[in-house]
Amino acid sequence: MVAGDAKPDGVAVMKPDSSALEVKGLTKRFDRLAVDNLDLTIHAGEFYALVGPNGAGKTTTLRMVAGLLRPDAGAVSIFGIDALQSPVAAKQVMAWVSDEPMIYDKLTPLEYLEFVAGLWGIAPSVSQPVAQDLLESLGLAPHRHERCEGFSKGMRQKVALAGALVHDPRLIILDEPLTGLDAVSARHVKGLLGMRVRAGCTVIMTTHILEVAERMADRIGVIASGRLVAEGTLTELRQQNGHADTSLEDLFIALVTLPEAA
Amino acid sequence: MSSATALSWFARHELRLAWREWFAMMTGGRRKRTRAAIIGLVCFAALLHLPAWAVIGRFADLQLPLDKSSLIVISATIFLAWTLMLSQAIESVTRVFYARADLDLIMSSPATLANLFSVRIAAIALSVTAIAVLFSTPFIDVLVIGGGARWLAAFGVVVAMGLSAAAIAIAVTILLFRLIGPARTRLIAQILAAIIGAGFVIALQVAAIMSYGTLSRFTILTSGSVVAYAPDADSIWWWPARAVMGDSKALLLLLALALMLLGSVMAMFSHRFADTAIDAAAYGASGSRRAKERPFRGGSRQQALRRKEFSLLWRDPWLISQTLMQLLYLVPPALLLWRNFADSSAALTLITPVIVMAAGQLAGGLAWLTISGEDAPDLVATAPLTPSGVIRAKIEVVLIAIAAIFCPLVAALAFASPYQAAVSAAAIIISAASATAIQLWFRVQARRSQFRRRQTSSRLATFAEAFSSIGWAASAALLLALPIAGLICGLITAGLVAITWKFSPRREQ
Repeated sequence: MVAGDAKPDGVAVMKPDSSALEVKGLTKRFDRLAVDNLDLTIHAGEFYALVGPNGAGKTTTLRMVAGLLRPDAGAVSIFGIDALQSPVAAKQVMAWVSDEPMIYDKLTPLEYLEFVAGLWGIAPSVSQPVAQDLLESLGLAPHRHERCEGFSKGMRQKVALAGALVHDPRLIILDEPLTGLDAVSARHVKGLLGMRVRAGCTVIMTTHILEVAERMADRIGVIASGRLVAEGTLTELRQQNGHADTSLEDLFIALVTLPEAA
Repeated sequence: MSSATALSWFARHELRLAWREWFAMMTGGRRKRTRAAIIGLVCFAALLHLPAWAVIGRFADLQLPLDKSSLIVISATIFLAWTLMLSQAIESVTRVFYARADLDLIMSSPATLANLFSVRIAAIALSVTAIAVLFSTPFIDVLVIGGGARWLAAFGVVVAMGLSAAAIAIAVTILLFRLIGPARTRLIAQILAAIIGAGFVIALQVAAIMSYGTLSRFTILTSGSVVAYAPDADSIWWWPARAVMGDSKALLLLLALALMLLGSVMAMFSHRFADTAIDAAAYGASGSRRAKERPFRGGSRQQALRRKEFSLLWRDPWLISQTLMQLLYLVPPALLLWRNFADSSAALTLITPVIVMAAGQLAGGLAWLTISGEDAPDLVATAPLTPSGVIRAKIEVVLIAIAAIFCPLVAALAFASPYQAAVSAAAIIISAASATAIQLWFRVQARRSQFRRRQTSSRLATFAEAFSSIGWAASAALLLALPIAGLICGLITAGLVAITWKFSPRREQ
């Protein structure tokens, strides 16, 4: 990877040199078509934000990439691994965090991280210090020996995020990870994700908070009715739509209300 | 809105909630199943008349005055039913404290809390009584058909029992909160409910084994020494028995006592109900239980899964109370085994079906918790393990837990009768494996906390699990007494399990 543009907040953006995720012709139908022949390429070391209105197919797309849903058609490749043919190998290098933190009420955060590290086959000598660091950086260290049953949604989300990071994945897939987090926690999480991207990790995230996509993402994909209606950096999106100084919010509304997005 | 209007409105709201909760339990939360649920319930109620007839049909001709032995047996049966109601009532009250989502709304409303909680206490009492009336109806029907309308008074006794059981359950739970705090009350109340439900029968069986070497609890109740110690026929202790048989004075007194008890509990505890609910909610939010610092453990991915499952099972309050109840039911056969250690008494044969049935039931519960009750399904599904590897690890947990509980009993049995021990061991394995397989075929994604509702997700799985446990227990018992009958019973049970598999939902994995 080579150093590239500088982001507005001063974070150096790495120019990608290979694809971390490649999706081709991904299709899923429930009662209606949820994802429609979707093509998507995310480069290694990139922070990619997938935005779109409710029911656009963002979560369905990511759930298929994470191996939680089987697509009706299409291919998913993660760092060159065919995720449909070799799901175990693909899962080894990625992590999934959903908007609804799913953790075990009767385990402590530290026990949860020990379990996740064990599932990914990480040696205890490696995972234990990483787990301690993660809990420290997410502000969970004082609660590390308390069972999660009494945690707030924000704390649970942070435990789930720590679980996703404890096995040092190369691709992190996040579905609305900032839902329910207070401002301080959201900043913690954003900081942690930013650090991971700077260290070479790839992040793909869905979000309704357009300001987050605007500030953090290298590229933004706009999805509507299961199709990718626009993609690029914020500048590129503005240029594509001929609005040089418009906000992402206005751009988003213009894109998802286009006739072809309906 | 006047205070009386507000109260009647709240009472209607409570009744509607209770009705919808019960209805959802009957239909598995699917409104389309309403007709099927009604037909099923009617058939089930009709079917219940058969065992009711077999159990108490012969007592329909009983007339007052009764001798002491009959009074003892009827009173003990009523007391047994009352303990079961008390057990269910304690469980209901605990659930209201810890699981009702509307407490915040109620407590933030401008209504008088003591009045609202009085209504809630009355609603608990009503639901406990309604369920008791529902289950006792086939038995009372049988008595009315065989012995005349005087037996209708038994419904009044059931109502009195339901109201008093609910009143005592509320008082016990709130006192537990005050004495040991919300953190421990949840577990202790569940254990208490399990012990109360099983305790009386087990105590009678233990006494019968120790005195007469038999599992029959009626042997001890009708023995001369118990009759000699029993109070006179006109004592207050026989009011329930006399009321059941149509003594209207005794019935009215019982009903009045039950209502007074419930009224006193409402007056004494309705204002504390709010404090208790706040404490329970605060306990849920604090999560104050702490674990010790220890190094991470290594091992394979399956080992990590097994360790997680064991930790969660160990920390599951429902499971602890349920396992305790299963173990309590094993006390009488274990005692029988100990008493008949030296000889090959026929009574020893009774141990086998009891432990086989217990193994099947426990395995079914454990299998649901480990296979269906996964609180982080996405995490496990996105972990680098094959689905079959995950399922295998979970099944291993169930079988290891069953082995840990039942191996000592089978080992002890091996000293008394190696053949019986071998048959029991084989039947335990088959019964546990069948229950686990049924849970696997009918697995649904659910949270562990939904365990109580597990029966509603598939009636077929519930009945199949129960019949498979009963079938394997009967097969093992028959194999010891009449081998050919045991083999036939085993084949029928295997057929039943195969049919269950045939009707199980198709699985992708």
